[in-house]
Amino acid sequence: MTDPIVKISGLNKWYGEFHVLRDIDLAVNKGERIVICGPSGSGKSTLIRCINALEEFQEGEIVVDGIELGPNLKHVDAVRREVGMVFQSFNLFPHLTVLDNCTLAPIWVRNIPKKDAEATAMKFLERVKIPHQANKFPGQMSGGQQQRVAIARALTMNPKVMLFDEPTSALDPEMVKEVLDTMVDLAEEGMTMLVVTHEMGFAKEVANRVVFMDAGQIIEANTPKEFFAAPQHARTKLFLSQILR
Amino acid sequence: MTDIAASSFVRQDLVSERAAPVKTTGFVGFVRTRLLNSPTNILLTILGLLLVWYIVVPSIKFLLVDAVWSGNDRTACLAENAGRPVGACWPFIQAKSTQLFYGFYPEAERWRVNLTFALGAVLLLPLLIPRLPAKSVNAGLFFLAFPAVAFFLLHGGGIAGFGVSWVAGLLQLFADSISGAGEAVVGLSKTSAAGPALWAIGSAIVLVGTLLHWVIFPLTWLRDQMLASGQGPWPDFLITAVIVSVILFVLGGGARVGSRPLITCLATFAGIAAVIKLMGLDRGGLPIVDTRLWGGLLVTLVIAITGIVASLPIGVALALGRRSTIPLIRIFSITYIEFWRGVPLITVLFFATYMLPLFLPGNFTVDGLVRALIGVSLFTGAYQAENLRGGLAAVPRGQGEAASALGLSWWKTTSLIVLPQALRHVIPAIVNSFISLFKDTSLVSIVALFDLLGSLRASFADPVWTTPSTAFTGFAFTGIIYFIFCFGMSRYSLFVEHRLNAHRRN
Ligand SMILES: Nc1ncnc2c1ncn2[C@@H]1O[C@H](COP(=O)(O)OP(=O)(O)OP(=O)(O)O)[C@@H](O)[C@H]1O
Ligand SMILES: [Mg+2]
Repeated sequence: MTDPIVKISGLNKWYGEFHVLRDIDLAVNKGERIVICGPSGSGKSTLIRCINALEEFQEGEIVVDGIELGPNLKHVDAVRREVGMVFQSFNLFPHLTVLDNCTLAPIWVRNIPKKDAEATAMKFLERVKIPHQANKFPGQMSGGQQQRVAIARALTMNPKVMLFDEPTSALDPEMVKEVLDTMVDLAEEGMTMLVVTHEMGFAKEVANRVVFMDAGQIIEANTPKEFFAAPQHARTKLFLSQILR
Repeated sequence: MTDIAASSFVRQDLVSERAAPVKTTGFVGFVRTRLLNSPTNILLTILGLLLVWYIVVPSIKFLLVDAVWSGNDRTACLAENAGRPVGACWPFIQAKSTQLFYGFYPEAERWRVNLTFALGAVLLLPLLIPRLPAKSVNAGLFFLAFPAVAFFLLHGGGIAGFGVSWVAGLLQLFADSISGAGEAVVGLSKTSAAGPALWAIGSAIVLVGTLLHWVIFPLTWLRDQMLASGQGPWPDFLITAVIVSVILFVLGGGARVGSRPLITCLATFAGIAAVIKLMGLDRGGLPIVDTRLWGGLLVTLVIAITGIVASLPIGVALALGRRSTIPLIRIFSITYIEFWRGVPLITVLFFATYMLPLFLPGNFTVDGLVRALIGVSLFTGAYQAENLRGGLAAVPRGQGEAASALGLSWWKTTSLIVLPQALRHVIPAIVNSFISLFKDTSLVSIVALFDLLGSLRASFADPVWTTPSTAFTGFAFTGIIYFIFCFGMSRYSLFVEHRLNAHRRN
């Protein structure tokens, strides 16, 4: 068995006096798809934002593909190059066209010539099925299209791990499917994914493991089958009864 | 009329096109529907007509109809000689035009002013038209090369050295001031109670200064050798070019990124050499025209353009500094902004002109115009910082996070993602500051600089042209000039705003 591609050990984080993340241990193997769920405010976003150093933490260690990220956030740049992230609110750059959104980082971070960067970007835009809108501005697209562009933008950097923070929860119901389909495609290609979501259908279909968080800690982690059929912890049961109704 | 109340209806013959009622279209329609359609509108229409009658008509009458267009002195502009009511006295402007445009800039050298402004216009116009190519070269020429060329054109003079000499000079000044401070402390120790301690501190500072002198000795030695060689700035220029090219090559990633940066760098130095040769800077350059002789529109434009170009980077730096997480930078920025915003520009100019020389070391003088330029730039910079802060606050946090998540460094995130968006939000406010800066340049007349308005007021003193309408003519003329510039900026900003905000339209 190879080393896990993401290894979180003894992670603790405080916002001032507030202990948001408590003793988090989590190892993600290459190609594994992990769904993180839990009630609002349980620290899901904070956890995955720690993985690419958007949040600093006070104790513990995160290792991404052999690169160590300690509390002093050394190697931030190296880690961020390995990790792509998709946000709830898309966060496309509104002043740049879709194509420029996708070529910006390859050009400025990886020093790839503009021509090559554009070719790569078009390849990924085709993969998320919006090559025809490459010259539009994000503001001229639907939410679902924007989120797919955001996925393409993250993929242009060839990340080894993709983080998704509630990628569908800002979308109208009919657009959720197109984004989830894109993510399923990505999963089938073998991408390592950590997904914070409340889409339990996605979890059942795609995830290798479901991680349930509450009050800043991991309460339960299991295969989706076990997790949904036989939750162990009382809090998990309560949460599932509320969300699956 | 067909009755279509019945549930089924089939049209038998089509209705042919008819002209609209006369009363709703054309001029009559416009007057009826837009001007006289309600009591409020009727009132506003009447007020508008009154305004035209009392302001526009007399202005045209004064400026054009009753104006005197030719003459050699005041007699032409006197009502008793003209035999009619006299409006604007344009011959006065004609007679004073050189003073209004150039101040006392020597007549034989005025081509230099004209050339400078022609050059500026040739570089600026293509920069303002988005369709034209090569924006970065153009911007480099306008913002970096043009100021230097303009300085040597307008002011004259040449250069004795280049990069190495300048760096050596700066470092020497730095070392000198440290030694000076140390000696001052030693001097204090003779009278103070804490004598020995002060003496020790002072001697330590002097020692640091001396050490610095030794450290930079190779550089100063090199400079003196080059000065003594009698080759003008050329040896220094060559050494600087080599050093800068090598540093760029190494820092830029060496041969890996290709030869483009190196070629750009060498081309830049070749361009500089060409300019030095062309303007004869290595042989003393053009005759020096002291800035005390500058005046009129020349001074107004020099101050306004310098202020505009310099205040924006200052503002950007301060606005970013104010949001910095490093306390020292933040506190400095806040203090700076609040200080400059808290004092009136007149005070700043007064301070820069009359008090600053008292604080500077005796042999160190700064030209009066330069002092005003610095004062105006720093002052406007504080305002631009606050304008920009508003823009930065309007950029969602997620934008910076998304850029960081893609691996962009803080500098790249700021310059490619955050600043462009922030600037787009605050174009109106920034141009507002530019316009008010342009008009505030007239305040420099209180520190004995003769800008457009100052030159005008000086020209009123000429008894040859004292007539009842001289002052009105002069102010009307300068007013029109100010208006043209400010209105131009305002319209251009609208255009830019519209264009840059293309992404917000659906
Ligand atoms: N910048 C901050 N300062 C202080 N507290 C914060 C900050 N950001 C988040 N928190 C707190 O940390 C806790 C965890 O937040 P987090 O955003 O990770 O929750 P979440 O599980 O993602 O919730 P949601 O499902 O609503 O997105 C919350 O209680 C929140 O109030
Ligand atoms: Mg969240």
